[in-house]
Amino acid sequence: MTMETTSQTSKPARPAATPSFSIGALFRRPEVGAFMGMVLVFVFFAYFGFDRNFLSPFGTSSWVNMASTIGIIAIPIGFLMIAGELDISIGAMVPAAKMSMAIACGYYGLPFVVGLLITFGIAFVVGWINGMLVTRTNVPSLIVTLATLFAVSGLTLFLSLLLTDTTSQALTSPPVAKFIFGDYHFWGFQSSVFWWIAIAAVLYYVLHMSPWGNWILALGGDKESARNAGIPIDKLKISLFILTAMAAALSGVCETVLSNSATTTTNFALIFNCIIAVVVGGVLLTGGFGTVAGVFFGTATLAIVQQGIGYTPFDRNLSSLIIGVMLLIAVLMNDTFRNMATSMSTSKKGK
Amino acid sequence: MTAPVLEMRNVDKSFGPIDVLHEINLKVHAGEVLCLLGDNGAGKSTLIRTLSGVHKPTRGEMLMDGEAVNFSNPKQAQQMGIATVHQFGGTYPLMSVGRNFFVGAEPTKGWGPFKVFDRQKANAIAVDAVQKFGITRITDGDRLVGGLSGGERQSLAIARAVHFGARVLILDEPTAALGVKQAAHVLRIVNEAKRRGLAVIFITHQVMHAMAVGDHFAVLIRGAIAADFRKGDKSREEIADLMAGGESMADLEASIEGYMETHEGHPPPAH
Repeated sequence: MTMETTSQTSKPARPAATPSFSIGALFRRPEVGAFMGMVLVFVFFAYFGFDRNFLSPFGTSSWVNMASTIGIIAIPIGFLMIAGELDISIGAMVPAAKMSMAIACGYYGLPFVVGLLITFGIAFVVGWINGMLVTRTNVPSLIVTLATLFAVSGLTLFLSLLLTDTTSQALTSPPVAKFIFGDYHFWGFQSSVFWWIAIAAVLYYVLHMSPWGNWILALGGDKESARNAGIPIDKLKISLFILTAMAAALSGVCETVLSNSATTTTNFALIFNCIIAVVVGGVLLTGGFGTVAGVFFGTATLAIVQQGIGYTPFDRNLSSLIIGVMLLIAVLMNDTFRNMATSMSTSKKGK
Repeated sequence: MTAPVLEMRNVDKSFGPIDVLHEINLKVHAGEVLCLLGDNGAGKSTLIRTLSGVHKPTRGEMLMDGEAVNFSNPKQAQQMGIATVHQFGGTYPLMSVGRNFFVGAEPTKGWGPFKVFDRQKANAIAVDAVQKFGITRITDGDRLVGGLSGGERQSLAIARAVHFGARVLILDEPTAALGVKQAAHVLRIVNEAKRRGLAVIFITHQVMHAMAVGDHFAVLIRGAIAADFRKGDKSREEIADLMAGGESMADLEASIEGYMETHEGHPPPAH
């Protein structure tokens, strides 16, 4: 409810400001930067990979499929990063989810739905533990999730050997489950591609349209102020950790159903891929800013470089070089954007 | 005479054996600015936290509109209409003016679980509210707050507090990090808040700023109110002396000089 809002102040002050700067307008759309980066990389590989069918359906699905397995996890990771946290335990959560699916349904022959319940239940608990540890202890989430990364990884290996005596397990899924989670559809797109798009759409709504998005941004922007504004910051953080672990589990389930097998190997590369995708997508490492579309494009860019290199005459190992350079450029651009946004007409801020 | 909006009677606050506040008596009426002056370590922060419900007084009572109140947490104090605005607190540089304004109380449209943040409404209300405080430079609710000046951010925070029904505004060093022009800007906002009938508690150690807006002054030294006077009762120099510790400061200087005279001009060794 507004208080009395009668007259204006006596002083008319300065005339109405000039329309906001185009730089400011551009900054508000940082996904444009990520999009342009993606287009640039795409054109580059389309040109050099044209002869080797980079643009063919098979060539397209090869990078889109890879992007989807990263992208399902990268968007929740992006949310965490916007909120000022990080979760690297996904590198162990994915194989844990794979093994729990394969052991429950493949080894013990439980119904597929039960396997899903067990797997997502485990993911929920892992996410909850991460969130509780971070909110209760105030230990940086990088360290907390580094600890849970190894804990989950060790537990996965231990339980797999204890229960099945092997570190890899086959899984045969019913046709419906296969269709939903792990089959090749038109153009060779995996089921996970559709999950990726669906998750991006839902999380776009959450971050940019729902009030929760405002809370996440505020949490990353200034934790104390967010708490004072009445945002349940601990609950919000715990929810984000749970969301991330569940997303990692979904990615793992999709992969296992697709390949009909699971292994306990911890996926360290995935951790880095997710962080790269998020940062290239324009999310600030320090939190408080980022977009779903940006992370989506960042993931696509990463996948194009990693898969596209095989369609060009260049050495495959150069893809890492390109990604490294790209990451650096993205971070520098992010910093420039942030400085432009925060230093426009404020020189004496102190903080 | 109407009861003060907020009053403290003989409030003590101690943390274990350490007494931080001692016999604090304060009152602030609607449409009045109370300036709390004090040097670093005088207990200003503890006093603010007690006023805003973070700490509970160890002894003494707090009254709102003449009735005793007992805040169990800051949220409760906020609901009673006590809004605390910290230096840059409450504004998020990388969020738009409209989003900043409504953090934690977002207006939504739509139905059921598909509620959507009403950007247009938020922007319109936010821009209107800050413009009514004389910040006419903000015309676009989509602008990022990081692009505003410190004074404008402060004003946004105050406008937000007023919009959400604040009756007592506690401003914690609002002009401390600002330039001359920006500070003047914030002081205008304080005057505007006062004109609208808010009770303002203005915490500062800049005597000039206090003199510009204050109706009532209280000087805090070592957790106790050392002086309590109304506008025009004391000169700027007198207030500055009071804040620096008054008598004790003069004593200290005299003792240093005395030591130097008897020790061939050497200052006393640091202990």
